[in-house]
Amino acid sequence: MPITIEMPKLSDTMTEGTLLRWVKKVGDNVAVGDVLAEVETDKATMEMEAFDDGTLSEVYVSDGQTVQVGQKLALLLGAGESKPSESKESKPAESKPSAPASKQSDAQKKPDAEKKASQPKQPESPAPQPAKTADSEKAAAAETGQRVKASPLAKKVAAELGVQLENLPGSGPGGRIIRDDVLSAHENRAETGTQAPKPAAPTTPAVVPPQPVSQQDVQIQLGGMRRTIAARLLEAKTTIPHFYLQAEIDAEPLVQLRQQLNTANEAAGLPKFTINDFILKATAVAAAHVPKANASFAGDTIVQYGSVQLACAVAIDDGLVTPVIRDAQTKTLSQISAEVKDLAAKARSKKLKPEQYQGGTITVSNLGSYGVDQFFAIINPPQSLIVSVGAILKKPVVNAAGAIVPGQRIVLALSCDHRVVDGAIGAQFLAELKRLLETPALMLV
Amino acid sequence: MKYDLIVVGGGPAGYVGAIRAAQLGKRVACVEKERAGGTCLNWGCIPTKSLLRNAELYHLLRHRASDLGFRFDNLAYDWSKIIARSRAVSDKLASGVEFLFRKHKIDNIKATASIPEAGRVSCKGADGKEQILEADSILVATGATSRPMPGLAVNGKTVIDSHYAMIIDPQPKRLIIIGAGAIGVEFAYFFNAFGTEVTLVEMLPNVLPIEDTEISVSLERALTKQGIKILTNSKVTETSTTKSGVRVTVESREKQTFEADCALVAIGVSPLVPAGVSLKLDPKGFIQIDDRYQTNVPGVYAAGDIIGPPWLAHVAMWEAIQAVNGIFSDAKPKRLKTFPGCTYCQPQVASVGLTERAAKDQGIKFKVGKFPFLANGKALAAGEPDGFVKLLFGEPHGEIIGAHIIGAEATELIAELGLAINLEATHEELEETIHAHPTLSEAVHEAVGNAFGLAIHI
Repeated sequence: MPITIEMPKLSDTMTEGTLLRWVKKVGDNVAVGDVLAEVETDKATMEMEAFDDGTLSEVYVSDGQTVQVGQKLALLLGAGESKPSESKESKPAESKPSAPASKQSDAQKKPDAEKKASQPKQPESPAPQPAKTADSEKAAAAETGQRVKASPLAKKVAAELGVQLENLPGSGPGGRIIRDDVLSAHENRAETGTQAPKPAAPTTPAVVPPQPVSQQDVQIQLGGMRRTIAARLLEAKTTIPHFYLQAEIDAEPLVQLRQQLNTANEAAGLPKFTINDFILKATAVAAAHVPKANASFAGDTIVQYGSVQLACAVAIDDGLVTPVIRDAQTKTLSQISAEVKDLAAKARSKKLKPEQYQGGTITVSNLGSYGVDQFFAIINPPQSLIVSVGAILKKPVVNAAGAIVPGQRIVLALSCDHRVVDGAIGAQFLAELKRLLETPALMLV
Repeated sequence: MKYDLIVVGGGPAGYVGAIRAAQLGKRVACVEKERAGGTCLNWGCIPTKSLLRNAELYHLLRHRASDLGFRFDNLAYDWSKIIARSRAVSDKLASGVEFLFRKHKIDNIKATASIPEAGRVSCKGADGKEQILEADSILVATGATSRPMPGLAVNGKTVIDSHYAMIIDPQPKRLIIIGAGAIGVEFAYFFNAFGTEVTLVEMLPNVLPIEDTEISVSLERALTKQGIKILTNSKVTETSTTKSGVRVTVESREKQTFEADCALVAIGVSPLVPAGVSLKLDPKGFIQIDDRYQTNVPGVYAAGDIIGPPWLAHVAMWEAIQAVNGIFSDAKPKRLKTFPGCTYCQPQVASVGLTERAAKDQGIKFKVGKFPFLANGKALAAGEPDGFVKLLFGEPHGEIIGAHIIGAEATELIAELGLAINLEATHEELEETIHAHPTLSEAVHEAVGNAFGLAIHI
């Protein structure tokens, strides 16, 4: 049977992907495991592999196009199979459970199938894309002035509450907007105070368009990653009740220990440790010691994690990612150091796999190498705590004897979600970090 | 060969789930120890509808013939033939399911299945041979069986369950039925129509206790008029078998003892959980599932009677389709919200959505519209003036939240209202829809009008 290849969902947050480049061309033979194309998601560039043998018979999307998850990309034919006739071609799509559930209304089915058959290239232009809904068909319907599928009750309630039905995602039969959809859009609007319902426009918050300033202005189209950063951080900063704590830490012992270890490592031909490696290690140990800080808010419950999945912010060309060191509480300094190097390299070359950046429980963000002395990062949801790390600075300090002497200091700051982490818990976590870093041998035992 | 899906059980959830997976292009096997079709087709919905059709006709001819202008000198029936017809209907439909399996290239394996671990199903044939099949996913659709009553073990003669009740021969002269849910009520109607002296015992305050109370009360009156002795708020406290049958002591306000040829136990169902890997169960022993119909064992899913009430074939089919769609796509499967329930005695009872009781419990504001079949032209012409339509509308928007019908063809009339609730129709859409004249469905239309003071014929 001919196999339709669709845009795969490669991460939790992926709603669309860009087909960067077809590796296989129409007419090429394909074996299981062959790379068909390169796809850019909101997080990384990935290779899309074939799950079946066959011949690439048709591609519907050309290089560089961005399409929704689940959209048809290509048709693969098995040995001896011929291309199905058009009426047949629409059939598997119709019987696909996801199709009737989310994409095709009865009324739109036929013209839609014809449209696809006659115009294999996407009708949607890759130009700026307005509010993306989970249901691209509906957005299209709204744009073209077609009727919005909404239940009679939903229409009444929407009229009463002044909720716009266009672009609302529908959870009823065939993607129909039902009362609950209208009510949740209304609640979201009440919460965020914006006209755009949250689920409908996760990636395009209301913005005041900037006025052009000069001829040299450049407009940069948002890539998938930038959209995700924009949406997630806006959501985090506006919906999570952040509060901040900071403490200056005596970095002398840390610097000394690092020197000792690196001297030994150098002699043995082993890689050196960075200050950040120690901070990651200390965060893992502190999170294990203060489990209330290693937790997430989940509506009716708080999830307190049984392990530390340590995320580490890595700046890359056009954004940032937070690869995750798994079960960091069980790993040695050397393991953490080696792992973070490897993950950062993969992040920079956009080769991270979803399992390498999903499921973090706490994050460390370090801008020390840029000379920043202190800052407060935005929480990375659904986590409840992020550690912001500044540079080690030489400054005069008052020592135990009351004398002013030269010292080395580093500022650690916490941004906490107050729904989960109260001030006392945050303070306890920060004190633990301070204790570990000022007596760094503690975290090596 | 490894399957994409192995379905354990060939009843409504099992065979429908298997066919849907095959429609999606998957390699599917369905393991069933008996004939395909499950309880519904072999020992439930279908054969009983055949028996009830006979009962309805006989009742009509015996009690209403002269009204309708017929005269009989020696109206008689052949009990064995009535039962044989019911079995023949089951046979025909079961072979229909087997045909559908072949058509969809589903391997129909006649064996008792167990699940040693995720991905593997062990099938033990009648010859004792065992084979292990492998699959990426397993759908458990093993269903349920009649719940036994402590102290009153089914022996197939003096103590029977619904399975035996549909093949009992000779016809019992006196029958006591314990439990007045849909099964108890349908058999009460069936046996009473053919002259068996029937006593129907129910622990709760009304027959069909899950239905709207007004409907239950109306049904009690109709069944009592037909000659069925109904004891509600009554508990069976003692049972014993005698030489000729059974003796049952029932306690309500007073203690009464009844003797009968036979007692039919219809007090609900018990789950049939497959052997092997330990699946997480709810306190009543039904399999617990998550939003994707997955059990606690990854790759093992469950749908139908085995995941708990309501134990209805149409719900099982729907759940199986949702589960299979979910297994093979990212689309989120839906969980059960609104479903119709039907009881096929005469007058028939059908409902969908909330009862008046439930709406009050949930604090929902609502309006009621009612219309009796007595004022409906088609009902009078057909000689079926009993019963009424009762509709509940939410306030202030007038969306339909519940529908309850008692009367002729109630079970067919309810479909419109299921659609209305699913599409969140309000009274206006129902009101504006032309209902053909003369039909029973006009009673639905008039009940809508009645709620808002717009009914014409009342």
